[in-house]
Amino acid sequence: MTENNRSSGVLADYLHAKTDRKGLLGWIFSTDHKRIGILYLISMLIFFSIAVLLGVLMRLELLTPGKTIIDAQTYNTFFTLHGIMMIFLFIIPGLPAVFGNFMLPLMIGAKDVFFPRLNLFSWWLFVTGGVLALVSLFLPGGPVDTGWTFYVPYSIRTTTNVIPALFAAFILGFSSILTGLNFITTIHRMRAPGMSWFKMPLFAWSLYATAWVQILATPIVGITLLLVAIERLFGVGIFDPALGGDPVLYQHLFWIYSHPAVYIMILPGLGVVSEIIPVFARKTIFGYKFIAFSSLSIAFVGSLVWAHHMFTVGMSNTGMFIFSLLTFLVSIPSAIKVFNWIATLYKGSIQIEVPLLFILSFIFQFCIGGLTGLMLGVLAVNIHVQDTYFVVGHFHYVMFGGTGFGLIAALHYWFPKMFGKMYKKIPAIIGWLFLTLGFNVLYFPFFFLGYMGMPRRYYDYLPEYQTYHVISTVGSWLLVIGLIIIAINLISALRKGEKAPADPWGGKTLEWTIPSPPPVENFETIPVVTKGPYDYSEVLTQEVEGKKH
Amino acid sequence: MISAAENIHIHRDDVGTKIGMWLFLFTELILFGGMFIVYAVYRFKFPAEFQLAAMELDTFIGTVNTIILLTSSLTIALSIVAIQQGRKYLSVLLIFSTILLAILFLVNKYYEWGHKISVGIYPQSEELLKKPQGEIIYFGLYYVMTGLHALHVVIGIVVLMIMGILVARGKIKQDAYVRLEAGGLYWHLVDIIWIFLFPLFYLIT
Repeated sequence: MTENNRSSGVLADYLHAKTDRKGLLGWIFSTDHKRIGILYLISMLIFFSIAVLLGVLMRLELLTPGKTIIDAQTYNTFFTLHGIMMIFLFIIPGLPAVFGNFMLPLMIGAKDVFFPRLNLFSWWLFVTGGVLALVSLFLPGGPVDTGWTFYVPYSIRTTTNVIPALFAAFILGFSSILTGLNFITTIHRMRAPGMSWFKMPLFAWSLYATAWVQILATPIVGITLLLVAIERLFGVGIFDPALGGDPVLYQHLFWIYSHPAVYIMILPGLGVVSEIIPVFARKTIFGYKFIAFSSLSIAFVGSLVWAHHMFTVGMSNTGMFIFSLLTFLVSIPSAIKVFNWIATLYKGSIQIEVPLLFILSFIFQFCIGGLTGLMLGVLAVNIHVQDTYFVVGHFHYVMFGGTGFGLIAALHYWFPKMFGKMYKKIPAIIGWLFLTLGFNVLYFPFFFLGYMGMPRRYYDYLPEYQTYHVISTVGSWLLVIGLIIIAINLISALRKGEKAPADPWGGKTLEWTIPSPPPVENFETIPVVTKGPYDYSEVLTQEVEGKKH
Repeated sequence: MISAAENIHIHRDDVGTKIGMWLFLFTELILFGGMFIVYAVYRFKFPAEFQLAAMELDTFIGTVNTIILLTSSLTIALSIVAIQQGRKYLSVLLIFSTILLAILFLVNKYYEWGHKISVGIYPQSEELLKKPQGEIIYFGLYYVMTGLHALHVVIGIVVLMIMGILVARGKIKQDAYVRLEAGGLYWHLVDIIWIFLFPLFYLIT
């Protein structure tokens, strides 16, 4: 770095630094990982808001049996788009693309990711995919109504705009692959001197495991969705039973990706929990290596359980037995994490701050989501509740109650670092209260509904289910109030929040050693790492000394 | 042109670049891997029909194309050796002969597909729909897999053209040729996919 560069503002913070291009162009063509992280954050939140709106409207429709506000076909397109947007545009890119991009280089002491231009290209692909998904809404033919799973043969037969949606998912998958590729290379090649693998923050470990799943699983769904598009365009017969094709083969190929994709969604969430808990417990993480390796083993075993989505489709008993067993095995590394988090909190000097509150909700909801997942892995129970609200309840508890809350926790944890502003604590806590309450009121009745036999994706239902549907719909209103409070609080913090110090929470990882917001270059000199990431030994010494006096 | 903010991204780590490229090649292999699974499943389901349908492919033209692609892999590998020795024009020449061979491959493919289509074997054709289901699937897979491979050949040609221009302009040179290596790796991938497609469609009869 020459003197000339310094004076032209490399040390200025990344939000205000001068760039070649002015204004917005300086953002959307920036290869700075921090700016790309913010770009992802904004675009992702836009898609998230649309998908939430669709979800709320669906809940409103289900308030009464029969038609309430929308007709059946609209309902079908709503649950399809809600699924596609939430999964491909919100949860999968959510933590890795936003916080992974922003924080990974900071946490491992690097100046950027390994392939900065590829990183920008990933964002452009992401936006292209998102826009394509939105455009498919307005093209003649009508929005896609297949459900986010695109099951054949219906996805070959329906006249709605399946092909734009398939290409959207394909492009988003490509974007996700490139992000994963970038992170793996970054972690292998750009860790600061002294940062050995086991001195790496656990969020980086979880991103590493996630990135491998992204690379190894996504191409399968890419080719599968491409085949469905080819099937629609040319009728080659690969998935068309009329020509000898096998629809069950489609389901296998789809879930070979889409089950590991569940771990793309949850692993970074688990990483965020491991990151936030030691900071607010003022105590080093319990069982660092176990947490690190449990991420890898979740990624590995999680890649071998896909057929548990298909127990009722038709499979040999041996096959069902093996997939059921493997499903149980995934719960072991997941439980290791939960026990280690609790053990970290135990006898810690816990500070109740907003990020920790979201994390506590995370752990509570993740446990419910995980245990109901085990119930679904039991063959006998699965036959009973397959494709009912029980499944919907289960994955919303894991995906929203887990990853969604993890993402909001991460946002509250790193917000001061990202924007250099503090938000107000009280409104954030009120928002958390509404969100947690609303979430549980919304989704807990799903387990009862499912157990009583309410099938998923149904527009209409029998009157005896109504009580639960009403409770659930009220929950959706509480949840939205929570989201709005959180959003308003953060936006007003952006405008007139107090200036954030470099390390508002007392974090020990590298991102807290630099100013908030970080300078363009991240680190003036690349740090040399000598300690582990959660070294709170001095807190312990202070306490011991405090007791002596 | 490069501003202060962009300048910090200039770092050089050839090993890292190659790790990235290999990871990308993994994803490509798995993409085709999905297709190979589909092939395996249907071959298992319709062994007799697959055998029968495979007889209709022209083994000669397939063999010629295999030789063409293998030779092109040799020329691209030699172009890297040439640049390592600092022989720029030889390297450019070898890159462009690789491109030429790639185009030749596509020309053959065009005639091969053209012939199939002229005798009425293509998806949804009356001729094909009269055949048993296994043969319909076989030709469906044939068009999809060789088509996807041909698409990769086209992408490879574009990549190699960029490499040729970069070498000619001296951007890729004796002490900085990792991009050419990465481009070469991509071309070898295109080659190796064909090495599997060839026996699966042409030779197992």
